[in-house]
Amino acid sequence: MDAFTTHTGVGVPLRRSNVDTDQIIPAVYLKRVTRDGFEDGLFSAWRNDPTFVLNDPSYSGGSVLVAGPDFGTGSSREHAVWALQNYGFRVVISARFADIFRGNSGKAGLLAAQVDEKVVQRLWDYLADQPGASITVDLETRTVRAGEGPDAIEDSFDIDDYTRWRLLEGLDDIGITLGHADDIDSYESTRPSWKPATIKS
Amino acid sequence: MGRTLSEKVWDEHVVRSSEGEPDLLYIDLHLIHEVTSPQAFDGLRLNGRTVRRPDLTLATEDHNVPTLDWDKPIADPVSKTQVDTLRKNAADFGVRLHPLGDVEQGIVHVVGPQLGLTQPGMTIVCGDSHTSTHGAFGAIAFGIGTSEVEHVLATQTLMQAKPKTMAVTIDNSLPEGVTAKDMVLSLIAHTGTGGGQGYIVEYRGQAIEELSMEGRMTVCNMSIEWGAKAGLIAPDQTTFDYIEGRPEAPSGAEWDAAVAHWKSLVTDPDAVFDKEIVLDASEMTPFVTWGTNPGQGVPLGASVPFPEQYENAEDRIAAEKALEYMGLEAGTPMREVKVDTVFVGSCTNGRIEDLRLAAEIIEGHTVDADTRLLVVPGSVRVRLQAQEEGLDKIFIAAGAEWRGAGCSMCLGMNPDTLEPGERSASTSNRNFEGRQGKGGRTHLVSIPVAAATAIRGTLSSPADLTPATTGSN
Repeated sequence: MDAFTTHTGVGVPLRRSNVDTDQIIPAVYLKRVTRDGFEDGLFSAWRNDPTFVLNDPSYSGGSVLVAGPDFGTGSSREHAVWALQNYGFRVVISARFADIFRGNSGKAGLLAAQVDEKVVQRLWDYLADQPGASITVDLETRTVRAGEGPDAIEDSFDIDDYTRWRLLEGLDDIGITLGHADDIDSYESTRPSWKPATIKS
Repeated sequence: MGRTLSEKVWDEHVVRSSEGEPDLLYIDLHLIHEVTSPQAFDGLRLNGRTVRRPDLTLATEDHNVPTLDWDKPIADPVSKTQVDTLRKNAADFGVRLHPLGDVEQGIVHVVGPQLGLTQPGMTIVCGDSHTSTHGAFGAIAFGIGTSEVEHVLATQTLMQAKPKTMAVTIDNSLPEGVTAKDMVLSLIAHTGTGGGQGYIVEYRGQAIEELSMEGRMTVCNMSIEWGAKAGLIAPDQTTFDYIEGRPEAPSGAEWDAAVAHWKSLVTDPDAVFDKEIVLDASEMTPFVTWGTNPGQGVPLGASVPFPEQYENAEDRIAAEKALEYMGLEAGTPMREVKVDTVFVGSCTNGRIEDLRLAAEIIEGHTVDADTRLLVVPGSVRVRLQAQEEGLDKIFIAAGAEWRGAGCSMCLGMNPDTLEPGERSASTSNRNFEGRQGKGGRTHLVSIPVAAATAIRGTLSSPADLTPATTGSN
């Protein structure tokens, strides 16, 4: 996984709450056995609507999605994170993320930045005023910044310490855990014999 | 201070705990299906890693598979590739697989409990959000993404921050004809889709204790629909009776040791939950959704809500968008909503008890001429059991389609889908836009509502039916 420190990119306002993972990528697109190519399914139903924000050329090349609360609810499909990444998004900003989506983002290297609802509203207003404007997301300082002068937006975002550290370092979880193989061995030696097994020894 | 049930199960699985880091949690059972696993196995190959515990791993094919012609090669070449990939991965890494055509094949969350692999006090994960189903046995069970699937394959552990705890107490008894599904839909309408976020929920109270294992699975299954990390129910005699004698259940002295331990898996009287919700089961009625998330529901006797009645602007906008998508007028009585297709099945309501209840209501009636009824058993075993009991004949005589086992119309990933604009009453778990097929409109319902709706063609409960004309007794 590539390390993530700070990112500046075009902000895309997605003025919807409860964006579930079936909207991010419908099941019919989940049949690939690779991790790439999922951008064609991203918000596929909504992209048929010419007024949908991703069809607005002002936001082309967008890489920071600003969405309503409860983003990523529903299915556990990590394909939702891959679809956003494959399309070019590096960051999603929302007031509330579904647990599994947030977890998947952290593993795959997409930054899920949780901010106060008022910050989302200010970013939406700002992007409506200045379509194509950039947002900076600084993981070192946990800060979201946009605009200049007296109306500039600067606020903090939440992300748990451990995920922040892993993203900053670009670390692979499995490698870290395999470093604790002795602990796993010793735990296994204490498991009761009546616990079920799928294959009998 | 005492501990809650979920804290006890959690603590028993902590391999390693360190300040400022998530706990390293041991996983007792890892369930796998074709959709969320291929990239994980690829990751293992790329890094030269193996599956640490194939003997704690089980794979089956469910999301992609057709429910007709299951004895022929899968027609959709992309689905076939995904299923073939699972078969190759299972063979290469020594994982037990129940493929299409096998007597143990079915929806992964129906197969685990049915085999007796799902037991109290376990940690169970799967790359599927409805893994919460297994919580009905007093297990901590939750859905994970593909990166985590790879992590579990390689290490049999997961890094997890300990969630907060919540108690949902459902007092009193459910009225006659009101089911576990109505209970959980009422709960989600009460909490909203984000109400459980960050919590492991313990369902308790008289109405929960009175549920069968099937009913408990229905409730726990939909924990994810209100955002909970997991949902679980303390094991009791109902649980032990369900497990005893199943193929992978312990027996003899091992059974006694297991039950002795399982009996300790209850929340201590002095334990404190971070949050509590109390609902009264006796006030619950058949409950249906009108919108495009599982929290947008009302009693069947109510009408489609007016967006203006929502104080919160976001809820109002969401309601407006949902009504537009669903093609519904505010103020329309739910009972006047006409449906095209009724789907009975899924990991929420595709078990034998569900099919028995549906057959009991449908027997002697005919499916409405303009309505299609699809009955899809959750597993091959459920299908065979239903056939042994003659339920298939009741469904077929009424004009229903009797299908093979799989996820079917729950998710629009296999040939069973809605057409654009088509409306369903569905016993599944999600009414998201396009969930059952692009442009499809879904109303989530219980088994009795599904059965009565199939007969009348409009959203109905069994109380709306005129007595059957041709009973079979």
